[in-house]
Amino acid sequence: MRYYDEKHETMSRDEMTALQSARLVDVVKRMYEGAPYYRAKMDAIGLLPGDIKGIEDIDKLPFTTKADLRANYPFGCFALPKSEISRVHASSGTTGKLTVVGLTNRDIDDWAECAARALVMAGCDKNDIVHVSYGYGLFTGGLGLHYGSEKLGSMTVPASAGNTMRQITLIKDFGATALACTPSYAMVIGEEIEKMGLSLSEFKLKRGIFGAEPWSEDMKREIERKLGITAYDIYGLSEISGPGVAMSCGGDWGLHVMEDYFYPEIVDPDTLKPVPDKTDGELVFTTLRKQGMPLIRYRTRDISALNHDACSCGRTLCRMKRVSGRTDDMLIIRGVNVFPSQIESVLMNIKEIVGSHYQIIVDRQNNLDTMEIQVELAPAVFSDEIRKVEEIRRRIEHDMMGNLGVGAKITLVSPDSLPLSTGKTVRIIDKRAKQ
Amino acid sequence: MLVNQIAVFLENRKGRLFSMLNALSEAGINVESLNIADTRDFGIVRIITDDNAGAKKALAEAGFTAADTDLVAIEVDDVPGSLTATLGKLSKEGINLEYVYSYSRAGGKALILFKTDDAAEAEKLLR
Repeated sequence: MRYYDEKHETMSRDEMTALQSARLVDVVKRMYEGAPYYRAKMDAIGLLPGDIKGIEDIDKLPFTTKADLRANYPFGCFALPKSEISRVHASSGTTGKLTVVGLTNRDIDDWAECAARALVMAGCDKNDIVHVSYGYGLFTGGLGLHYGSEKLGSMTVPASAGNTMRQITLIKDFGATALACTPSYAMVIGEEIEKMGLSLSEFKLKRGIFGAEPWSEDMKREIERKLGITAYDIYGLSEISGPGVAMSCGGDWGLHVMEDYFYPEIVDPDTLKPVPDKTDGELVFTTLRKQGMPLIRYRTRDISALNHDACSCGRTLCRMKRVSGRTDDMLIIRGVNVFPSQIESVLMNIKEIVGSHYQIIVDRQNNLDTMEIQVELAPAVFSDEIRKVEEIRRRIEHDMMGNLGVGAKITLVSPDSLPLSTGKTVRIIDKRAKQ
Repeated sequence: MLVNQIAVFLENRKGRLFSMLNALSEAGINVESLNIADTRDFGIVRIITDDNAGAKKALAEAGFTAADTDLVAIEVDDVPGSLTATLGKLSKEGINLEYVYSYSRAGGKALILFKTDDAAEAEKLLR
């Protein structure tokens, strides 16, 4: 199977532009009528739906940011009544408030279509057995790949995350041919297989669909070696839809964007003006077909570039460069989005420490992201008993876990021993960047 | 009797114990007893000095977090069973021990130091 949807994946630029134009005109109209927050943005600059006649008019439209989603928490960004929504997903927001998205049944089906296309790009078809080790739940990873794999007709194993030994047994016994998870978890699985002394000949794995966190070329090669597979990059974000917004075909430049569903732009993050092809900037998406919660010109904060050159795989869908960083200070820890501001708000509520003084150290140990938060113990609560000091430490760890959804190791340090923060560079030390 | 002890918070970093002791020696303070309780990430150093007030001041100036507390100290004979008898008395009265360590003063008997939840009560019992 070469393409899942040959018509849309290989259509000419003119046909694509015509399709995108018609869909943009439609979504702008639906947003103006159904999403008061976006209508207000258009009214503020005197823009009417009729002013948008095609994709060439897209830069007349106001941007949408995560702040808009936060201000309208939880359901204020929906463009349809709640009764039309059949599923919600959510991811971390900057201040501990979740970013919530709502999907109609058709949205879920469109997303499955994109994920199915992605699986075919990685070489899957209905004969594959797809082992999904992304988390199932509010996070879009698990259900996104799950629906895509089912739509393709592959045998789908909803393993979800955790319990690596059991995962390996399932992958081996069921003869999984494709593995979908975060790159760091793929490394963990690979290492565990080595530790268990199993031979790759006992496995039928051929390909991996990995995403939801940044990873390097070196890590990709290492995963391919450890698991004896070809690794493919998948991209998605819950605001736009989950995994399957873009996918690598295995070619040498980036990921194909499902641009008949999601219109990509790259803008200069300072001037917000478009930049030329193959130039780095902030990735912006407009959902062209979404019903429940369309977003117009949503600033992803991801840094990427676009390439409209022809690809050797035959697809005409433009490509986006693998995301190389962020324009904000969001961290991705084991696939979970973490904002330093969330950490700060947890710390501010703990009276035993000097909440404004902290340092975040992110690293990758044994291929798993680790996060350490150093906090200053307030002198007034210091005790000569280990038990009492440990109890404070453990309580902070517990609160962090509850608020961030991912574990952090808390280290207590002496007051005034942390550098005074003058910006994010001082507060966050990300050692993964150098690996 | 009661003995005043200073506890100092030390993060698990190279050179921290050295800088702590250095701050004391520069202030001309003699450390008579030193005991370290440690976890994976941090330690608590418990010291008794010839000038605890001066020691606290010197440590604060050097940026250390320190707190003082009273411990119950008893002299025990250097024969089998002498500590057992003492602990028996505390246990019978339901007094909990947080930690215990020994401390020997020059030319004399061993001193056993107890941190209990009620120092005054324990001290009365053992008098």
